[in-house]
Amino acid sequence: MAFWILAPIMVVAALGILFVRKAVHAALLLAVVMISLAVLYAVLDAPFLFAVQIIVYTGAILMLFLFVLMLVGVDASDSVVETIRGQRAMATVLGLVLGLVLVTAFSQVALGSAVGLDEANAGGNIQQLANILFSRYVFAFEATSALLITAAIGAMVLAHRERLTPKPTQASLAAQRMRDYAESGKHLGPLPSPGVYARHNAVDTPALLPDGTASEASVSRVLAARGTVRSAPAFADDIDEVRRQLGGGRSDAAADPDRMPEQSGKAGAPASTEEDVPGTPGRSSAPPLRSSDEQRPGDPA
Amino acid sequence: MTNEYVVLSAILFTIGCVGVLTRRNAIVVFMCVELMLNACNLALVAFAKQHGNLDGQIAAFFVMVVAAAEVVIGLAIIMTIFRTRRSASVDDASLLKY
Repeated sequence: MAFWILAPIMVVAALGILFVRKAVHAALLLAVVMISLAVLYAVLDAPFLFAVQIIVYTGAILMLFLFVLMLVGVDASDSVVETIRGQRAMATVLGLVLGLVLVTAFSQVALGSAVGLDEANAGGNIQQLANILFSRYVFAFEATSALLITAAIGAMVLAHRERLTPKPTQASLAAQRMRDYAESGKHLGPLPSPGVYARHNAVDTPALLPDGTASEASVSRVLAARGTVRSAPAFADDIDEVRRQLGGGRSDAAADPDRMPEQSGKAGAPASTEEDVPGTPGRSSAPPLRSSDEQRPGDPA
Repeated sequence: MTNEYVVLSAILFTIGCVGVLTRRNAIVVFMCVELMLNACNLALVAFAKQHGNLDGQIAAFFVMVVAAAEVVIGLAIIMTIFRTRRSASVDDASLLKY
């Protein structure tokens, strides 16, 4: 019963790995396949492998995949250009042929009724596995330990990187800041925190400067590169609208974020930073994003 | 009953095989290799039940251990390649030098 429920799920998830564009989605689909496999192991009287499949495969190996995906960059998607012409079509055809041959062959083999593991598992599956592992397969077991040690050392050697430049210390960083200030007048203090003067205090909302413009330096560069920064000018537009709804003239009420109705949040749909760069048509009323390197109106000179 | 398990294992193996041949992202290629190994494990465990001895389960266990070692080394290699080329595409690493 479990088989007929899980088999379609597994096949669909495995096919998904072929077609999804993002590697993270492929990893999640692989997790579906692996957990389903673990359940099938339990059905097939292999409780030890059920646990190992979940702990080692889903827990360790897949997490390793996700870690490397995070390091490499989640948006590293496939290139569409084929190095070998027609490789994709040929691979698909060959795969279909291989699948057809295997499926036809295996579905026509008469294996007879299964013996079952009740006798072999007598006294417990894990105990019986240990009996075999430490008697008949003890040499393979020892070789496996050598393999694991080699793999661990190999991974350390491959991942190690010699430092080419000296590590920057706090003193050198401070000196660099002062030098930057002397040369280009770059602001000495820490960057402004996001959203403090804006409508929201989420990290993806740029802070509003005293003159109502959004401070580009207050949001993380990573968020800006992904284009998930919410538009501060949109919120600035909301202020006018809210002010109108409240009957006009109450500028101090509009400046108080607590008294604004939630309805104005509709315009806060995720907007890419590209849309908010200065000079974008259609948003002429909104103050453009500007760099924090410029002198701010309230700043002492 | 074993037939169905082996057929499922064959389907998964084929899907993994096609994935290795068609996908260009080295990490996804690796995932497809894992899928093929898992498909083989399923066949081994199914045959263990068919024949009534535990050797198949031991073999599946060893496959898992070797797969873990392989993934560790493979991902370290992918990281090294990515560090020098800023790309995880298998096409970019076709020269083996420079």
